[in-house]
Amino acid sequence: MRYSGFTVIKEALRGHKGWKPAWRDPEPKQKYDIVIIGGGGHGLATAHYLAKVYGFRNVAVIEKGWIGGGNVGRNTTIIRSNYLLDGNEPFYEFSLKLWEGLEQDLNYNAMVSQRGIINLIHSDAQRDAFTRRGNAMILNGADAELLDAEQVRKEYPFLNFDNARFPIKGGLAQRRGGTVRHDAVAWGYARSADSHGVDIIQNCEVTGFHIENGRCVGVETSRGFIGAGKVGCAVAGNSGRLMGMAGMRLPIESHVLQAFVSEGLKPLLPGVITFGAGHFYVSQSDKGGLVFGGDIDGYNSYAQRGNLPVVEDVCEGGMALMPMIGRARLLRMWGGIMDMSMDGSPIIDRTHIDGLYFNGGWCYGGFKATPASGHCFAHLLAKDEPHPTATAYRFDRFRTGRMIDEKGMGNQPNLH
Amino acid sequence: MIIQHPLLGPRDSSEFVYLGDASLIDRPDWQAENAAETFYDYAYLRDNPAGENRELWFHEGGDRSWLVVTRNTVTHEISKVELACDVARMRGRSK
Amino acid sequence: MTQVNRLNGGQIDRTSTLNFKFDNRNFTAHPGDTLASALLANGVRLIGRSFKYHRPRGILSAGSEEPNALVELRTGNRKEPNTRATTIEMFDGLEAHSQNRWPSLRFDAMAINDRFSNFLTAGFYYKTFMWPAAFWEKLYEPVIRRAAGLGTMSMQEDPDEYDKGFRHCDLLIIGAGPAGLMAALTAGRAGSDVILADEDFVLGGRLNSETYSLNDDIAANWITQTVAELSAMPNVRLMPRTTVIGAFDHGIYGAVERKGDHLSAPSEGKPRQILWRIYSGRALLCAGATERPIAFENNDRPGIMLAGALRSYANRFAATPAQRVAIFTNNDDGHRTAADLHAKGVKIAAVVDIRPEAPLNGDYEVLRGAEVIDTKGRLGLTFAEVKLADGSNRTLDVGALGISGGWNPNVHLTCHQRGRPVWNETLSAFVPGDTLPPGLTVAGAANGIMSTHGALKSGAEAATHALDLKSDAIAIPTAEDAPVTQTPFWYVQGCSRAWLDQQNDVTVKDVKLSHQEGFQSVEHLKRYTTLGMATDQGKTSNMGGLAIMAEIAGKSIPQVGTTIYRPPYTPVPIATFAGRMRGKEFHPTRLTPSHHWAKERGAVFVEVGNWLRAQWFPLPGETHWRQSVDREVRQTRASVGVCDCTTLGKIDVQGTDAADFLNRIYCNGFAKLAVGKTRYGLMLREDGIAMDDGTAGRLAEDHFVVTTTTANAVKVYQHMEFVRQCLFPDMDVQLISTTEAWAQYAVAGPNSRKLLQKIVDPEFDISNDGFPFMACGNITVCGGLRARLFRISFSGELAFEIAVPSRYGDALMRRLMVEGEEFNVVPYGTEALGVMRIEKGHAAGNELNGTTTALNLGMGRMVSKKKDSIGSVLSEREGLNEADALNMVGVKPVNSADKITAGAHLMDASGPVDAANDQGYVTSAAFSPSLNCYIGLGFLKNGSDRHREKMRLVSPLTDLTVEVEIVSSHFVDPEGERLRA
Repeated sequence: MRYSGFTVIKEALRGHKGWKPAWRDPEPKQKYDIVIIGGGGHGLATAHYLAKVYGFRNVAVIEKGWIGGGNVGRNTTIIRSNYLLDGNEPFYEFSLKLWEGLEQDLNYNAMVSQRGIINLIHSDAQRDAFTRRGNAMILNGADAELLDAEQVRKEYPFLNFDNARFPIKGGLAQRRGGTVRHDAVAWGYARSADSHGVDIIQNCEVTGFHIENGRCVGVETSRGFIGAGKVGCAVAGNSGRLMGMAGMRLPIESHVLQAFVSEGLKPLLPGVITFGAGHFYVSQSDKGGLVFGGDIDGYNSYAQRGNLPVVEDVCEGGMALMPMIGRARLLRMWGGIMDMSMDGSPIIDRTHIDGLYFNGGWCYGGFKATPASGHCFAHLLAKDEPHPTATAYRFDRFRTGRMIDEKGMGNQPNLH
Repeated sequence: MIIQHPLLGPRDSSEFVYLGDASLIDRPDWQAENAAETFYDYAYLRDNPAGENRELWFHEGGDRSWLVVTRNTVTHEISKVELACDVARMRGRSK
Repeated sequence: MTQVNRLNGGQIDRTSTLNFKFDNRNFTAHPGDTLASALLANGVRLIGRSFKYHRPRGILSAGSEEPNALVELRTGNRKEPNTRATTIEMFDGLEAHSQNRWPSLRFDAMAINDRFSNFLTAGFYYKTFMWPAAFWEKLYEPVIRRAAGLGTMSMQEDPDEYDKGFRHCDLLIIGAGPAGLMAALTAGRAGSDVILADEDFVLGGRLNSETYSLNDDIAANWITQTVAELSAMPNVRLMPRTTVIGAFDHGIYGAVERKGDHLSAPSEGKPRQILWRIYSGRALLCAGATERPIAFENNDRPGIMLAGALRSYANRFAATPAQRVAIFTNNDDGHRTAADLHAKGVKIAAVVDIRPEAPLNGDYEVLRGAEVIDTKGRLGLTFAEVKLADGSNRTLDVGALGISGGWNPNVHLTCHQRGRPVWNETLSAFVPGDTLPPGLTVAGAANGIMSTHGALKSGAEAATHALDLKSDAIAIPTAEDAPVTQTPFWYVQGCSRAWLDQQNDVTVKDVKLSHQEGFQSVEHLKRYTTLGMATDQGKTSNMGGLAIMAEIAGKSIPQVGTTIYRPPYTPVPIATFAGRMRGKEFHPTRLTPSHHWAKERGAVFVEVGNWLRAQWFPLPGETHWRQSVDREVRQTRASVGVCDCTTLGKIDVQGTDAADFLNRIYCNGFAKLAVGKTRYGLMLREDGIAMDDGTAGRLAEDHFVVTTTTANAVKVYQHMEFVRQCLFPDMDVQLISTTEAWAQYAVAGPNSRKLLQKIVDPEFDISNDGFPFMACGNITVCGGLRARLFRISFSGELAFEIAVPSRYGDALMRRLMVEGEEFNVVPYGTEALGVMRIEKGHAAGNELNGTTTALNLGMGRMVSKKKDSIGSVLSEREGLNEADALNMVGVKPVNSADKITAGAHLMDASGPVDAANDQGYVTSAAFSPSLNCYIGLGFLKNGSDRHREKMRLVSPLTDLTVEVEIVSSHFVDPEGERLRA
């Protein structure tokens, strides 16, 4: 059924009897053309684009728990395309453009809100680096704006301009950046994929790959064997665990990233702000909660929970930047498991096993990439060649020395 | 977390800096025929287990020793802590 | 206004009267009251408005589980939105305001939403507001955002202080009710170190709200005796007003102690709150239980409360929401409330019990097998409509209705490490599972042991067991020990607008819709309907939603699943987590030994990591920083300048294998460096990318001094220790960071030697022959003060760096200024330092950005292939050695008046400005006083072969396009004659 203001009114008047399940709950078929492992944002987006753009209908998304239960429901909801490097910026700009048309594409209001993001500048060297980045963004067709301290103050007068340990000297703004209602992204893609015939199979855990003569022909699951022409893995956070079943070691470590939300407050933050001298970024949700985060805990973990030192570190950053949030209360903290890759950038590539494809290594930047990741992974699965904006996301870039290292931290995942 | 330092006893993990997998001790031979491949493997590929993991922590806010900590990545339980130099020697590293 | 609903008895101190204001009306209260109890005593039931429909809201509970009675507490810069009236300890002068209403609490315009509630069902916003696309940000979202949210922030800086602390104990007991107190007594008497924490301001927990007797005495007396005994034990620390917020790894608990919240303002110099990290050997959760409501039509009106809360208000706070009260219950506990209120003189209209065999009591009417099916009262309950067992209806004229649907164990902390509670059929409730945080055990009602005797006993036993105590069990006071069975009853059949989550306005109807639309797993239910996502984290609402979903889906509750709770147990001010690390104290500030001298000279300082460094030294009359910097550069190049370079990392390397060690660390050779010589060294990471550069001077066969950049000092030291301990453990080499031990100054310029000769003791020859370029050595200055001298140059001039023990840094700087007067010596700051290094073409942080290789930096040939050094193997990868690799170049404007800025990109002289034509970028730029034009350093594809090429430097971000010429990066003295002079 099609969603609209009209349907909402119509259904309200007839007692909401007409609403249908947002997606079916099918039994797995014996075989699909393409099986996508992982019912998170990226897996569901892949299914949507496979069906809608590339015309593949005989597709299944299999999910060990419930869809949207991983990082797509555990992030700080920020979208942006303010990247520096050639391998990244066109991809993230592609993603931002897909966000801009998402609701109409999905017929689902994911509340894409382009309220702008400002990365604050606290030193001359940082301004130089952000200038280079802003230029790279513009050269790649994105928008960027360099603000001085006074311009930032006009928009965010309550930031710590007068008693800061690291003074605010300006900011790099991307007006088209913003936030999205994260759960709705998973649900919107799921509903759309389902409506195009994709089977979304929940509570179905993959226990192994079926590999014959070097070719992956299906997956063993908790609900039996499911045959597949091609298998695409999109389980960031658990990539190491899953690909280990195919005998692969990855240039990835799993780390925990915590995120936080405050109690609901009347509107105070117009857009997204990232602190350049500490680990803190924040926006305000439509419900009024301040959604904020910081650095990863820093050690390998699959625990989906973090510890106090990082909670304190993030709140210290928050107080240093916005002294007026002191009496707002932190309501909830949670942890997500991040695929931290060796250069901080993702991988969308074939594996050495025919028919087995990989999408992962998103570090803690996977949410904003969801549409492009799905689109590009669908492209790869459909055509066996990388999408033009994702050609750099290869496995072999580490072997050949073509890393995409935005932060310049080298082969130490917890520093990216 | 609390790390049982072999010399200093229980210390809060915030005194430490994390590096990564303890396999970083096993640096390959630079002169080997296949050094390019072994160094690639060494520098970039990880087991990344969900379970017991041997990993390197640096006691930066303490005695500046590197430790090999055996820790479960699912429960965070620490079952063993050794001085990295002892482990390195046991693995045949010397000069 | 008088306290019309004040009862007799209770734990309030009537000898003292406190004044407070709610929505600008004056009221009185007594010590021992909460804001909630005081408002009830004063006849106030309407406290706030709900989130979505702006329905009138009163007080539901008497504790931290409260979803409804949220207020803005205090005013001005101490305003605290969303504060639960039920946990606000009364103080004189307290001021609170209702929130989320306009223009007033009684007449809230947004209550119009309630009229349209049929359109605003769960998730309606996902289905609409999509057309036209641009209207979301412009129209729909701003309206939604203004309507949403709860309280408002003051937007001012919080004036209070917050502290952090660390505590250790053998046993942390969380909750000081009967179980917790008995556990503390048991462990305390056995001599263990005990911390007993409770969120309430009195200890005793639920006992304070009951009329039970213990050992045939009133419970209050037992609490007093027990607390007195515990207080006297040096090994027991009692922490009232302390909420244990989270169970973290390895027995570490976070706890928030409220030191100043019960005062009008924290005492002078005292913190408002303290965040404790409690390191516990073992921990015992005695957090009790939370009563659960029953859903029925219009069950959200002010005056409808949890029955146990009514009892708390009557027994502990001597307050009642109304003089005529009814109870709606499915269990015996509801009857206790009726009995206690009746005893206090409150009229019990009826006890409505769903059970046909409900116990009868001669004091008031019990309606067996009956249900409350609807209520009335716009701003507060006036009537409850009851359906009797025979099917007829009866209207109860009451001002309050107590609800009891049974009790849920407070399992929250058992879930903090993702442990899942398990379903208990007898209690029809979730109890702690077997995957608890290691070291944690659970006792009392939190563990599903609902009788008072059971709680006392299990507390004592749990402490004995947790600490493995050998001593005889201590006597358990006699107390009620009634068996508790809870028959599930979640909602009244046929209800629709029956509230589950009262704050977020989630009703039974929403759960049904959620099921209908396929959002059936508990996590989907929560996220789709927002059930349990309010500031109370669903403490009173989750179970009901879950049970209704289970019933609709035809599953058991455990099949639908359970939600696990996340820290913190109750919301915590962000300032509490930050403690004192805010404002200027956000990070420590590192000052160099001559900082005060520089301050006296009027230096402008700049943050460099945690350091403050002098950026330039303005002279009177200089109105622009460029004037100062240009002067410093010119004067240094003309005569002599001094710059504080203490912040550079200094690492002492000693041992017989020191040279070998450095040979591994640096990509260029160090084994053959002669004693008394210094060499430039480039360190690579193992991935072949440049990590840091600096110099290493050999002071003796087995002694080197390594310098690092300021930014990388910590990282390089860590890396060197890794290489030493993990890769080459048998090398005889020791490292220590001596960054803070030595104050170091660059003395640069043609007269630098002459200046130094005035202070270096005469026995040391620092002539060009005696101390040539790149020499180093231990010397003495100023008549015997030990010092180190390095003849190295960052500026390109004849230059030295001289180091003295830190405490002489200030004196040395002053002395250099005095001795240098005859040479017109100038102190220079980091700006001039930067200008001169750009003029000389030295790479710094902007170039060593973690992505550049030795090849990029023009030092490709330095990487020795004849030895093993970190990074050399992987630096040979094809991607790092491409023909068109970036090379460091100099950039000059063709028109010398044009400005060059860092961050601009290099493009061919013509062609489109886009990513495809991007060939490089400028990393550092400055006005060069020596060349009298702007210059820059940058990276350009194949740049080494493109000197003299004309290109465009473009920065669309700053609207700049400049024609530039690519040149050598060595703008000044390319042959290096000056530094060898």
